[in-house]
Parts: sequence; structure tokens; C-alpha cells
Amino acid sequence: MSTTSPTPAPEVDPTASAVALDRDGDDASGVQALLRTAANAASLRAIVVLAIIWVIFTVANDRFLTAGNLTNLTLQVAATGTISVGVVLVLLLGEIDLSVGAVSGLAGAIMGVLSVQHGWNGWLAIAVALAAGAGIGLLQGSIVTWLGIPSFVITLAGLLTWQGFQLKTLGDAGSLNVTDPVITNLANTFLAEWLAWTVALVAIGLMAAGALVARQRRSAAGLELEPMLLTGVRLGAIAIAIVVAVYVVNQDRGVPVSVIILIGLVVIFDALITRTRYGRHVLAAGGNEEATRRAGIATRRVKTVVFVLASTMAAAGGVLAASRALAVNQSSGSGDVLLLAIAGPVIAGVSLFGGRGSVWAALLGALVIGSISNGMDLLGLESSVKFIITGGVLAAAVVLDALARKQRMSQGRS
Amino acid sequence: MATETQAGAPVAPAGAGPLLRLRGVAKRFGAVQALSDVDLDVRAGEVVALVGDNGAGKSTLIKTISGAGPADQGTFEFDGGTVRINSPADSARLGIAVVYQDLALCDNLDVVANLHLGREPRRGPVLDEIAMEREARSLLDSLAVRTLKSVRAEVGQLSGGQRQTVAIARAMLGEPKLVILDEPTAALGVAQTEQVLALVARLRERGMGVILISHNLADVFQVADRIEVLRLGRNGGRFAATGDQRQNVVAAITGADSDIAPATPAADTGGTT
Repeated sequence: MSTTSPTPAPEVDPTASAVALDRDGDDASGVQALLRTAANAASLRAIVVLAIIWVIFTVANDRFLTAGNLTNLTLQVAATGTISVGVVLVLLLGEIDLSVGAVSGLAGAIMGVLSVQHGWNGWLAIAVALAAGAGIGLLQGSIVTWLGIPSFVITLAGLLTWQGFQLKTLGDAGSLNVTDPVITNLANTFLAEWLAWTVALVAIGLMAAGALVARQRRSAAGLELEPMLLTGVRLGAIAIAIVVAVYVVNQDRGVPVSVIILIGLVVIFDALITRTRYGRHVLAAGGNEEATRRAGIATRRVKTVVFVLASTMAAAGGVLAASRALAVNQSSGSGDVLLLAIAGPVIAGVSLFGGRGSVWAALLGALVIGSISNGMDLLGLESSVKFIITGGVLAAAVVLDALARKQRMSQGRS
Repeated sequence: MATETQAGAPVAPAGAGPLLRLRGVAKRFGAVQALSDVDLDVRAGEVVALVGDNGAGKSTLIKTISGAGPADQGTFEFDGGTVRINSPADSARLGIAVVYQDLALCDNLDVVANLHLGREPRRGPVLDEIAMEREARSLLDSLAVRTLKSVRAEVGQLSGGQRQTVAIARAMLGEPKLVILDEPTAALGVAQTEQVLALVARLRERGMGVILISHNLADVFQVADRIEVLRLGRNGGRFAATGDQRQNVVAAITGADSDIAPATPAADTGGTT
């Protein structure tokens, strides 16, 4: 029991100067750092959710966790995941793009008409479809940034407009079967087994080398290093995930080219956001646009470019979807495409309030959403139940996001 | 009574000219004359507090210096030469940094990213995180900031005093000659206010000119060298920041011309001529 304590010991004298920063982090052991990181990583939460979903569906249906079905799953998520890459960028700004589904449909239609009705070269048709997406993004982004109209409204108008253009483009045909192998091969070819392993091992090697070089440079500069254990566990976990995934799909048809495209896009855009000045400005504008503007950054240009990238990715998703379906029709890109493309990243931890999230959430979120949809299909559930469950998962993710934001605000000053 | 000039600084000592010298600054918003014939001197290594009641023209005067709201009339001299300041870019080029009252930080980015926002160094096409982190550390070390746990902490997680520290440190990255602080201690607790005032004193030690806008006279007397009062858009008096001037400063702010006579307009303006 404490006895007399006349005056509580004064807190650290706030004005005292000491040159060193408080290096609290150095004292933490690797294990502590590991646990802390694990508790904070939104991507890890998504992986846990994914694991739970897989366990549930595996128990419910023994066909879920087979190589054949998992390969189907990867094929199913490629198009949505690609659209989601663009959605992540827009969400990072704290904006929304409701036109991505319609843009993907229109891009598919443009590509289909050029390829089938006009006999254009497949690559050229794809390029025009992507350019159309970019143009749409430029238009919508310019209206949002220069006229200050909420992106919600403009892209909602876009949703309807581009759907109309899609119907107009398809014309009387209504539906086109795409036969050009350049286009159909995108989503219907698989890497040979040796090639898949080569790609996987090169990727793992590059990742490990990159991490070690970065560590080396930080060490040389005399900066704090994250505990080796943390680096090791993270690299090891990713490497194991890649190896297992490649092994499993190789038991069936192999690694789909469309998935390689999606992962490649994720890697590129993740580097853009985390490693470049432009990406930093996107995050800054999503966090505090006024502060970003006062820092001398041309926020309107930064934002407009994001809308261009998002619509271009939506177009790319439309191309992949058409390739997988071997056709485009009046309902391409409609229905739940938009909802799922936005729900995925949000479930995987991209904040709707802007400034927080990773491009990898596009892939993870597409896997979560895709797994739910795939599993429910296997169980033969009715559409009504599927809608209700998918909607419930999205609502839960948004609630989690809002709760996390509230917690942050109560921790910080305001 | 015309005591205002007696206590204050000599107008311009022959040896060291002021870093910033404003003469006859005027600014009008429509029918409202926000500033008329305002003079202001700030020397290097000097903290000048700009005080005055709400609507006295403090923010307007600051905006004429920062370029956010250029003056209609008046001469501006900076570092010995006559200059024109028509935009924030002009003042930044001269070496004038402004720390705004509402901080202008991005809560979702870490301290390093906030410090370098808008002028990130690059290695080839990618951000040079290592250079940024080193620079951030050495800057914060040189300012003797020791309350930050990590330069990689998200700014949204910091306390008000820490955020203000980051905001001031950010203004320092461009090696400015003059730093303008707009209400840096508003909404801070006692300990945090002390931290920020200590930081202001350190800016002075580094030879920078500092203009401090504050409503809090205790802070002003603690850290400032000189107090410049604005009243109704005019110079309301110039005082040394010594304790015995406190009453006079309050009187100059409120216009109640202290001990002797009630204020007369003549006495008010007489001080500046």
C-alpha cells in the first residue's frame, strides 16, 4: 500500500530538450512487433475472413475445396478484381465511381463490335476499348474536379449514360460472340506447369531480394529496422501462399493468364500508390484535400487522373469479362458487377472515407466476394438468398470501417 | 497617451536592417477598409507578436505577407530589397513560411510524409523514403522534439501539441527566413503549449524572424521580443514584451487608453506617426 505521496511526481518536463527521439520501437521484441502488426493489418483481417468463408463452404460442400473449383474461382474473380483495382484508387481519394460496371460493359461492347462486325485486329479493338474507358474517366473526372460536383452524382449519371451507349453500340444484334483468339485467349488460356513455377519462383525471389535490399539500405542509412522476424514471417507467408496456390491450380488446368494479368495490374498500381510521388499525393488528397492543395499540389489534376485510371481499369475488366464469356451482350457489366467491384475492396479494408487502404485489397476483396458467390452457387442457393448474404457481408464491412474510423478519431485529438 | 513608441523598438537601427519591413500597407474589401497605413518590422532572430481583438486586421495583414491576399497599397521590403508578394508562391520563394491555425496536415499519412508533402525527394521514379526519413529525424532532432514516438507514426494518432510541432517543423523544411505562426497555441493544453512555445524560441535561436499571432497574452509575453498591436486595421502601438507593459498592451488592444484619459481617436493614431 502506498503511503504519503505529497505531490505526484511531475510529468516529463515538456520543455526539456533531448536530442534523441524516443526509440520505443527498438525495445519491442520481434514477436511483439509481429503481433502488433498482425492486429493492425487490414489485409490480414480480410485473409481471416476468407479463411472462415472457405471453412464454412468446405464443410457445407466437399466440392468447394477442390482444384477444379478453386481454378474456377480464380477465373471468376479476374474481371471483377481488375475493375476493383480502379475502384480502390477512387476510394483512396474518398470519392466513388458508380459507373465502373457500365463502363466495363460499354468497353466490352466496343471491343466486340470492332472485332466481330468490323473485323478489326484483336489488340487494336482492345486498345480502342481501353481508350474509350480513359476518355470517359477524363470526362467524369474533369466534371467532378473542375465543377466541384460530387462524384456520386456524376458517376450515377454516367452509369445510365454509358449503359445507353452500350445498347446503342450493340445495336440490333444485341449480343455478339467473340471469336478472335487474341481476345478469347486472355481468359481461357493457362500457363504450362513449368512456366507457372518459373513465374512463381521468380516472383518470390524478386520479392525477397527487394525486401533485403531495402533493409540493407535502411541499415546503411542508420534508420530503424523492423525486426527480422517480422520481415521473415511476412515473406515466408506470401511465398507459401504463392507456392500452394500454384500447386493447387496446377492439379487442374493451371494458372490462368487472366489471373496473371490481374496480379500484374495490382503490383503495378500498388507500386504507383506506395512508391511514387503521384501516389503519395493521391493518399494526401484523400486524407485532407485542402492541406494537400496548400502544400502546392495540383489536387484537381491528381484527382482527374485517378478517375481516368479507374475507368480504364473498368474497361480492362470489361475486356476480360467478354473474353471469359466469349461474348458481349446487352447485360454485360450490369447487374451486380458494380456492387461487387466496390464491395470487394471495402471488405478487404479500403476505407470509404478516403486515404486508407491498399491496392492489394482489390485482389483480396475479389477473392472474398468471389468465394461467397462461388460457394453459394455450389450449394444451389436461390438468388434471393445470395443477394441477402452478399449485401449483409458488404454492410458488415462498411460498419467495421466506420467503427475503425471512430476508434481512430477517439485516439487522436479529433 | 502617446506611450506606444517609447517602449518599443527603434524604428530601423543603422547596422542591421529588418528582415521584413512593411510601410503604409492598406487593404480594402469592398466598403470595408480592413487595413490602413500599417507599418511592421521584423528582424532576423526576433519574435514579434501580432495581437489585437477579433477583426483588428491580424489575419488580413498576415495574408498580405503570405500572398494569400495581396495588399492594395504599401511597400514591402524583405531581406534588404523591395519585393512584391502577389501569391503564396511569391512568399515561399522569398523564404516566408506560414503555419496555419487549422494545421493543414493529412491525418492518414505519417510524420515523414507530412513533413515532405509537396516536395518529396525521389530516386529515379520512386520516392526516396530513406532520405525523407533521415531528413525528418535530423530536423526533429535539431528542434529538440522528443515527444514523438516514431517519425512513422500516423499524424492522426498524435496529440494536438505534437501535431502543431509537426506543422511547424514542416514549415522549417524549406529553410525559411521568416516563419508566420497563426494561433499556434489555440486549443492546446498547458504542457503542449509549453512545448510549442519552446519550439518558437528555438526558431529564434536559429536566426529566423518569427511573427506570432496569438490571443493569449501570457504566451505572448513568455516568448515574444516585441508586441505589435493592431486596432481597427491600424497600428495600435508597439511595445517591448516585458511584464510591466501588460496593462498598456491590453489598453492598446481594447482602445481604452489606460490610466489617464479615455481613448480619443487622435491619441490612437498619434502613436504611429
